[in-house]
Formats: sequence, C-alpha cells, structure tokens
Amino acid sequence: MMLNAVYIIWLRELKKFVRDRSRLVSSIAQPLIWLLLIGTGFGATFGKVGDLQYIQFMFPGILVMTLLFSSMFSAISIIWDREFGFLKEMLVAPISRTSIAIGKAVGGASRSTIQGLIILVFSPLIGINITLGKFLMVVPLMFFISFTISGIGIIIAARMESFEGFNLIINFIIMPMFLLSGAIFPISNLPSWLSVVVNINPLSYGVDIMRWVMTGVTERGPAFDLMVLSLVCIFTTTISVYLFSKGK
Amino acid sequence: MNIIEIKNLTKKYGEKFAVDDISFEVIEGEIFGFLGPNGAGKTTTINILCTLLQPTSGIASISGYDVTNDRDNVRNSIGIVFQDPSLDGDLTGEENLRFHGMAYNIPKQIREERITYLLEMVDLYDKKDELTKNYSGGMKRRLEIARGLLHHPKVLFLDEPTIGLDPQTRNRIWEHIRELQEKKGITIFLTTHYMEEAENCNRIAIIDHGKIIALDTPENLKKDLKGDLITLKTSDNEKANEVLKTCFSLNPYIKDDSIYVYADNGENFVPKLFRALRNYEITSVSVRKPTLNDVFIKLTGREIREETMGGVGRMREMTRGR
Ligand SMILES: Nc1ncnc2c1ncn2[C@@H]1O[C@H](COP(=O)(O)OP(=O)(O)O)[C@@H](O)[C@H]1O
Ligand SMILES: [Mg+2]
Repeated sequence: MMLNAVYIIWLRELKKFVRDRSRLVSSIAQPLIWLLLIGTGFGATFGKVGDLQYIQFMFPGILVMTLLFSSMFSAISIIWDREFGFLKEMLVAPISRTSIAIGKAVGGASRSTIQGLIILVFSPLIGINITLGKFLMVVPLMFFISFTISGIGIIIAARMESFEGFNLIINFIIMPMFLLSGAIFPISNLPSWLSVVVNINPLSYGVDIMRWVMTGVTERGPAFDLMVLSLVCIFTTTISVYLFSKGK
Repeated sequence: MNIIEIKNLTKKYGEKFAVDDISFEVIEGEIFGFLGPNGAGKTTTINILCTLLQPTSGIASISGYDVTNDRDNVRNSIGIVFQDPSLDGDLTGEENLRFHGMAYNIPKQIREERITYLLEMVDLYDKKDELTKNYSGGMKRRLEIARGLLHHPKVLFLDEPTIGLDPQTRNRIWEHIRELQEKKGITIFLTTHYMEEAENCNRIAIIDHGKIIALDTPENLKKDLKGDLITLKTSDNEKANEVLKTCFSLNPYIKDDSIYVYADNGENFVPKLFRALRNYEITSVSVRKPTLNDVFIKLTGREIREETMGGVGRMREMTRGR
C-alpha cells in the first residue's frame, strides 16, 4: 500500500520530467558551461591539482552540482504543487503524507540520476575513464546523494508558503552549498573559518566520495564520507517526513 | 438515514472562531447546500469534513466514520471539488484522472473504463490528451467533478462549484449535479454564496460568522417570511413606517431609502396600504415573492455580497502563466 503510493508520486514526477524538455536542456547545459568556461579558465591558472588536470579535478564536483540543483528544484516543486492546488488532491487521497514525501524524494533522486548520467557521458572527453566497476558505484552514489539533498529541499519547501523565497534559496543555500563543497577548488589550504563551513556542508562529503570513485583522489577517505552522508540522509529524511506530515 | 453527522464542531484560528459550535445532519441522497457570505466558515467546515483540517473541538462523521480518527475510510467515502483549482496543469485531463484512480487503488481495468465513461459524461473526451493548463475555467471544473466521482464516493463535496463561471457553464454543471443525485443516488454537499443556486438544493443551512442561523428546505425558509415582500419609498419613511406598524400590526423595517414589509396577499394589500398612507407621498412600490436573499437579510440585516476572494483566486490562477 505504502509502496504503491510512493510509486504513484514517483511516476508523476518522472512523467513531468520527460515532458519538460526545456528544463532538461537547461539543466544539462548549465554544468557543461561551467565545465567549459571555469574548467578552462581556472585550469589555465591552477594548472594541476595534485596528479589531476584541473578539469578532471572539477568534473566530479560538477556532476554533484548537477545533482544538487536538480534535486533541490524537484523537492521545492512541492511549493508549486501547493500554489496550484494539486497538493490538496494528494493530501485528501487515501495515501499517507509519509509516502508523498518519500515519493517526492525518490522522484527527485531519479530525475537527478538521469541528468547525472547524461553528464557522465562527457567524462571520456575530459580524460576520466569510467570502467564498468566505477559505473556500478557512480550510479547508486548519484542516487544516494540526490535522495539526501531532496530531503533538504523538502524541509525547506515544507516551511515555505510561496515562491517569494525562491531566489533566496538559490542565492543563500544552493549556491553556497555548491561553492563551499570543494567542488571547484581543493579544500586543503583554506583559512580555518572557511574550512569549518566546508566541513559542515554535507555536499562536501558527496563531492569527496564522488571524486574518489571517479579519480581515486580523496581528502577524507570514502568510508568517512559514506558514514557522514548516511547520517545526514537519515536525519534529513526523518525531519522532512516529520515536517511534511505536520504541515498544512 | 443520516450520512453526515456534525456535533458541536468548532474551529478556532487564534482567537477567531472560523466555525463556531455547529451541529447538523445531512440525509443520504439529498443535495445539501451550505449558504453564506464570504468568510462565513464554509470552506473551513468542508476542509474538516474531508480530513484536511483538525477541528478545535466537536465531532463529525461521514458514513459512520469519524473524520479525525478514521481518515482513510472517510477519504475513500468522499469525493471533493475544492474551491480553488487543484489539477496538475502539466498532466493531461486523462492523466489527472488516472493519477486519482491509482491513488484510490482502483483496479486498472475498472479504472480505465470509468475514466472513459466520466470523460464522456462531462464532455471532455475529445480533450483528454490536452494538458489541463490549456483548459478553460469551465472545463477544469468539469474535469474536477469527474475526478471527484472516479472512486464512486458516497458523498461529493463541491466548494463553490460554479464560482467565476459564465451562466451557461453554471447551468451545465448544475445539470450534472442533479443527474448525479437522481441517477446515482450520490449525496451532494455544496457551498455557495449564490442565492439562485441555493434554491436548487433540497435543504440549505445558512451560515454566518461561523454559526448556523437557519436550516430547512428553501420553501420553508421563505415561508417563515409569511407572504409577499412589499418595498416602498415615501416622502417620510420614518412616519410611514410607524403608520404601518400601528394600523396593520406588521413588522416593517427601513433599509437604505426604502421600507420593507411582508404581508399576505400582497396584491390586495397594496390598495389598503395606499389608503392608510394617503398623507404621505408614495414615490414607488413593488410586490414580489421573497427570495433566499430576503431570508438572509431578515436573519442578519445584511446582504450576501456577490464578489468573493475565491473568485479572485480562481481568476488570478487562470491568467497566470506557468
Ligand atoms: N488558515 C487560516 N488562518 C487564519 N484564519 C483563517 C484561515 N482560514 C480561514 N480563516 C478565517 O476563517 C474564516 C472562515 O473562512 P472560510 O471557511 O474560508 O470562509 P468561506 O469559505 O465561507 O468563505 C474567515 O474569517 C477566514 O479569514
Ligand atoms: Mg470558501
């Protein structure tokens, strides 16, 4: 019963995803532009990061950025559902609020993973060789990271009544999460106040483990990353389900 | 048999009583109207009945299921068309219905049959593959009604079902509503602030400031007003008013610049009235059967205003692009 409800919510997300071509194109174009402009520009200045070309260092970060934006937007679409009334149709159906929240998160994670796969196609051009073994780790990892971020998005959306805060979320949550995650610069030589921020940013651990899977380079070690991510995931999922059940 | 039972239901927002200790029953198979001005507490009551809101106190049950403790059974027993639109504009008409059918766990084959049947019933079969954001206001409303019926509810709630629609569409929606009651025996609970619509209901409850101030058939409510409503304007309303009170022992009242008085056999009464008021200049007079609007004025001293926030909300949604 609960699984069925999660499936229905998920199906709707995917159907809308497939239909919304323009958003798909822009969500793929954005990371590619970052790669091209920042990758080449910073690459010329930085040269190498450890053993990696700058663009190779940056690529896993850009992949996680794709997941971040896509998952956040999917989760925040709850605000649209509320504004356009469809949320009421879901709330009054004989399905639990928990399954609506989980369905939204699974739907958002699926959309993000598909977008991530499209970005992944470009990895050979950057000189990152994705073997079958790596691929089998990257895909579930993308899903896992996206699911965790979706939880954060639902927590935000559960507290927001209208779109008005939408730009605030992009400027004060999504962009800082991305920029301060070690996605586009190494975090080892940061001033201490900044490294505190990086350390409490859950996305840092997603970027680190993704970079480890794809290039073998890691700052904190994959086991530690995975542990932190799992704790964050349990926390955000619980809180998001709780807030969503409490909300109007 | 009562299908909805409400006892001492109250909903407070802060210190404000949106619904104030209401009690009534709805009989199975009837069209029950909830009539009241904007802000009276109609939507709040519906939201409690359909399990979206928790009451502050009191109990309500549908089909014997308590709306706070037995939510899933209540949800399976009711269909609802909300005051504000609630379709997914990025899905087609058919997909909106299919989502609903899946959410209510209707077996696939039955679901698809019913979707076809209902789309034909509300004349939207031709438009089933269009995204609902491209539907007109009336089409959206009809699709919402079809959706509310898909899982064969015992009670269909309609919150201001015809708000913001043109008269032609309003009539069509009313045809559907009557057909549902007559052919399917569905109980219909609708809210409205249109007097003419309330006349179509089997029984109506008039609600104002969260309280039920009258509940009966439209005929009986009007019968309470006894006779015909005579409206007249004179050179001195105050004095003419006194004359009417003393000569005929009636209960006239002055509102704006007219005197209103209810009297039996209005046509025969007017000549007597002219005789009694021969010392005052009468500038106009009219005689008509009382309407529900008059009932409302009698009960509250106010008119039900025609414009509502809901209408504005719906129009805003219609003009706003996505
Ligand atoms: N969420 C809310 N918070 C505070 N007050 C509310 C809320 N919803 C409704 N009200 C108030 O409760 C009263 C009844 O509203 P409502 O049930 O929507 O009336 P109606 O549907 O009859 O127009 C109104 O005064 C409205 O302002
Ligand atoms: Mg209302």
